[in-house]
Amino acid sequence: MTAAAHPVVSPVTTGERPGVRLARSRRNAELSLLVLAMVLVAAYGAIVEANLLDTVTRDFWMPAAALGLVFLGMHLVIRWLAPFADPALLPAVALLNGIGVGFLRRLDLGKAAPADRETLAIFAGTGGRQLAWTLAAVVLAAGLLVLMRDHRAVSRYAYTLGLAGIVLVMIPAVLPGRFSEINGAKLWIRVGGFSIQPGEFAKLALLVFFAYYLVRKREVLSLASRRILGIDFPRGRDLGPVLGVWMISLLVLVFEKDLGTSLLYFGMFVVTLYIATERVSWLLIGLVLFFGGAYLAYVLGGTVGGPFANFYTRAEIWLDPFAEPYDRGYQLVQGLLGLGSGGLFGSGPGAGEPLEIPEVQNDFIFAGIGEEIGLFGLTALLVVYLLIVERGLRAGLAVRDSFGKLVAGGLAFTLGLQVFVIVGGISKLIPLTGQTTPFLSAGGSSLMANWLLIAVLLRISDAARRPVAQGGGPAGRPGGGPPEQLHGAPTEVIRP
Amino acid sequence: MNAPLRRVGVVVMVLFGLLFANLNWIQAYKADEYRNSDYNGRVQVAEYERRRGNIEAGGTAVATSKETGGKLRFQRSYPAGTKYAHVLGYKPVNLADTGIERLENDFLAGTSDALLGNRIKDMFTGDESGGGNVLLSISKRAQDTAYEQLRNNRNGVKKGAAIAIDPRTGAVQALVSMPSFDPNPLVDHDTNVASAAYNKYEQDPDGPLKNRALSEVLPPGSTFKIVIAAAALENGVGKDTEIPAGASWTPPTSGTPIRNAAPSICPEAQVTLIDAVTESCNTGFAQLGVRLGADTVKEKARQFGFEQDDLFVGQLGEGGLPVAASRTGDMQNPDGGTDPAALAQSSIGQNNVRMTPLQGALIAGSVANKGRQMRPYLVKQLLGPDRTTSYYNAQPRELRQPVSGQVADDLRDMMVSVVKNGTGSSAAIDGYTVGGKTGTAQSAPDRPDHGWFIGFALDKNGNAVSAVCVELEQAGSGGSAEAARIGGKIMQAAIADAGGR
Repeated sequence: MTAAAHPVVSPVTTGERPGVRLARSRRNAELSLLVLAMVLVAAYGAIVEANLLDTVTRDFWMPAAALGLVFLGMHLVIRWLAPFADPALLPAVALLNGIGVGFLRRLDLGKAAPADRETLAIFAGTGGRQLAWTLAAVVLAAGLLVLMRDHRAVSRYAYTLGLAGIVLVMIPAVLPGRFSEINGAKLWIRVGGFSIQPGEFAKLALLVFFAYYLVRKREVLSLASRRILGIDFPRGRDLGPVLGVWMISLLVLVFEKDLGTSLLYFGMFVVTLYIATERVSWLLIGLVLFFGGAYLAYVLGGTVGGPFANFYTRAEIWLDPFAEPYDRGYQLVQGLLGLGSGGLFGSGPGAGEPLEIPEVQNDFIFAGIGEEIGLFGLTALLVVYLLIVERGLRAGLAVRDSFGKLVAGGLAFTLGLQVFVIVGGISKLIPLTGQTTPFLSAGGSSLMANWLLIAVLLRISDAARRPVAQGGGPAGRPGGGPPEQLHGAPTEVIRP
Repeated sequence: MNAPLRRVGVVVMVLFGLLFANLNWIQAYKADEYRNSDYNGRVQVAEYERRRGNIEAGGTAVATSKETGGKLRFQRSYPAGTKYAHVLGYKPVNLADTGIERLENDFLAGTSDALLGNRIKDMFTGDESGGGNVLLSISKRAQDTAYEQLRNNRNGVKKGAAIAIDPRTGAVQALVSMPSFDPNPLVDHDTNVASAAYNKYEQDPDGPLKNRALSEVLPPGSTFKIVIAAAALENGVGKDTEIPAGASWTPPTSGTPIRNAAPSICPEAQVTLIDAVTESCNTGFAQLGVRLGADTVKEKARQFGFEQDDLFVGQLGEGGLPVAASRTGDMQNPDGGTDPAALAQSSIGQNNVRMTPLQGALIAGSVANKGRQMRPYLVKQLLGPDRTTSYYNAQPRELRQPVSGQVADDLRDMMVSVVKNGTGSSAAIDGYTVGGKTGTAQSAPDRPDHGWFIGFALDKNGNAVSAVCVELEQAGSGGSAEAARIGGKIMQAAIADAGGR
């Protein structure tokens, strides 16, 4: 039943990249992994009920089954529209998403009065809402696969997306605080009881723009003017764009009071720049600019205050959270204590006290989960994240066009960086910043944006692993021939 | 573009490696520290899962636990409010615990080694037997009387303390410090309410959290004359021996003369020792102290318990509420020799002499108990969760013997004379022989004097049944008489309460 929705093709061996095996769709592997992931999610739900209700209800499997149906639908869409996509991506994301829903449901159970716990409906509370958001996010991701049959087509809208990205970033900054500020960070658009985080979507739009821009300008940006300590530095006049993005990210830091988002945008840009130009100097310049800027903001926050004060406070909490354990440091302290209480093996799902941590369903979800599944469980989750990121980078390695390489590499790295920023923040490795934990944290914006990101990675990995000779849409072209031109881009040579 | 992509892959690996290493640091290396941190509410949730035992006085629970249905399952409550606050202390959610709640925390919580068998039994039977119970030596009636009398004292004094002990055992019968505080808001499960209450008490200039009965030291005034009298009796002075007195006496090196509280007190050149005590003759005792010398005075005070800085009142041999050291203080010139003026002032309980109310009660108690001073305690018995198994019963212990039986008898006669014929008459109790000594101590030139009373009660057979010390801070004129009256009432209540041992 291999590629049932698609004509079976014979493997073609020409033009493949070293180490990348082509032509096997591996959709059945994806399905089995997906079933395994859902079994894990169902088991998690059962243990939660055993610990919180002292019994496992007959309906314990329902959230897992609901999620399973949604992901099965996504699997069928992939079979139909992206048969050669990477088979590990969907199950890995499904596992994280499922654990997230399971943990949020566990929080709902913990908050409910003991008598009401057994009758908690599956679409009730934060967990139920997250389940609904998952449905919406997966439908959106499937829709993107339907609309975007070839990732290169997106480059046609690069400038529109770039503009949209900047607008999305700026809206919360210019809106008055009451429409945009939650817990000290101005990252939201709040209308009525409804709030979205435009930054999550801006991330995707900006990356597409960066990739397109860099593909066009990479030759110019690669030009070196001076060689210092064995590193080629770019010409002064080419610094413009990187300084521009640096300014934007610092403005985000100052006006949206959020180091994490700023770090994310800047990191995303510098890494795509590095991938495009292969110049280590860009990385160095980027790092120096970012840390210099952050340090300046810290110093200004300590002396001048004003818009920098928030960042200064966060840095102070990071340096010594136990200085004010019931005041400013409360959340971080409680997160650390939760992680420590969990220890190596954790208290077991449902047996801990994650509700001791304020707002555990958002930024601190990793600490809340960590108390219950311990170091071993968290390490497994980190490995799943790492798998997704490395699979994304692998799609970038294998895809043939440079736009695809940049988009896949940039998106995969951004996902990894986001995990690093938030998990590092809650575990006191770096100052805490308000980032969502991809696929785990409660919230529709983050879930939808990250599922769109996965859809793009699926699409690019499909293009990467698709047999070259197969006439599947605009991706088909003679193996070894010149790369197809991007919209408006000059002919280019791909460096292996 | 593949080379940088591969390197980015390595960078991500390194970033995740850092996360992994850091999680190891937190969840493995620091795990124990974080798990047992004072800030960790999870410890409390476990602690509040088991019903904490009662603390009882005379058969009445004065600290108890109620089921809440909330996340912290049991709420501590103190039905008597402010009355027992300084004895019980409190067991708050986030603040530090104090008093008997702190001392007997393991037993009350049910986590002590003694209750291990009980916990194992629970594990098999599925019962929830809760923590053990602590029975106090406090007499409910004496405590009520001490609290009410002190609070409604006729001098309108705001600060003071009273403590009563059983001289034969050392059992504390009453312990009140004024002003008091209500421990109930401090143990509120809403930590903001608890912190607000704590801050309010902490910032109160009258210091309601302070246990004045054990840790406030003030100049003892004339009550210190009992120590001087004891030293004199041991150095060849009999209770009927005439000692030099007079309306006024100026120590050799000082220009300020020492006078008596009223011109009618010992104006004659010579009075007997017993009369000097009865009338509280300052000039007589100042000269007596100077004649005995600083070393003798200091040594006698030390034998009564002055200078001891490691005394605790709680469970015998297991610590308890800390007691501040009473001091005789400096009586020397800068060159190291004794300053007669300072010694003269010290001999009437002024200068640098400082005493706790407990020390006053111990002095009176050892006089009444034939010279034997018993170690004071508050915990009478530890009773298991089933209320039948006893895990501890107080076995009274002698703390020290400050004076011989003979000297104690003479001192007793003199103190009885004070209540019968002298300044302590308002302490008298029908049907009992009461002895005592009042004291009026100057605090500062522009402030009212402190009023003191130390005393004891003997039954018909001459057995000591209660010893007391009452202190009224800055009580002004008539303060010591009021202290004597309150002291008498407290001892009367302690005697009347059969369970007051």
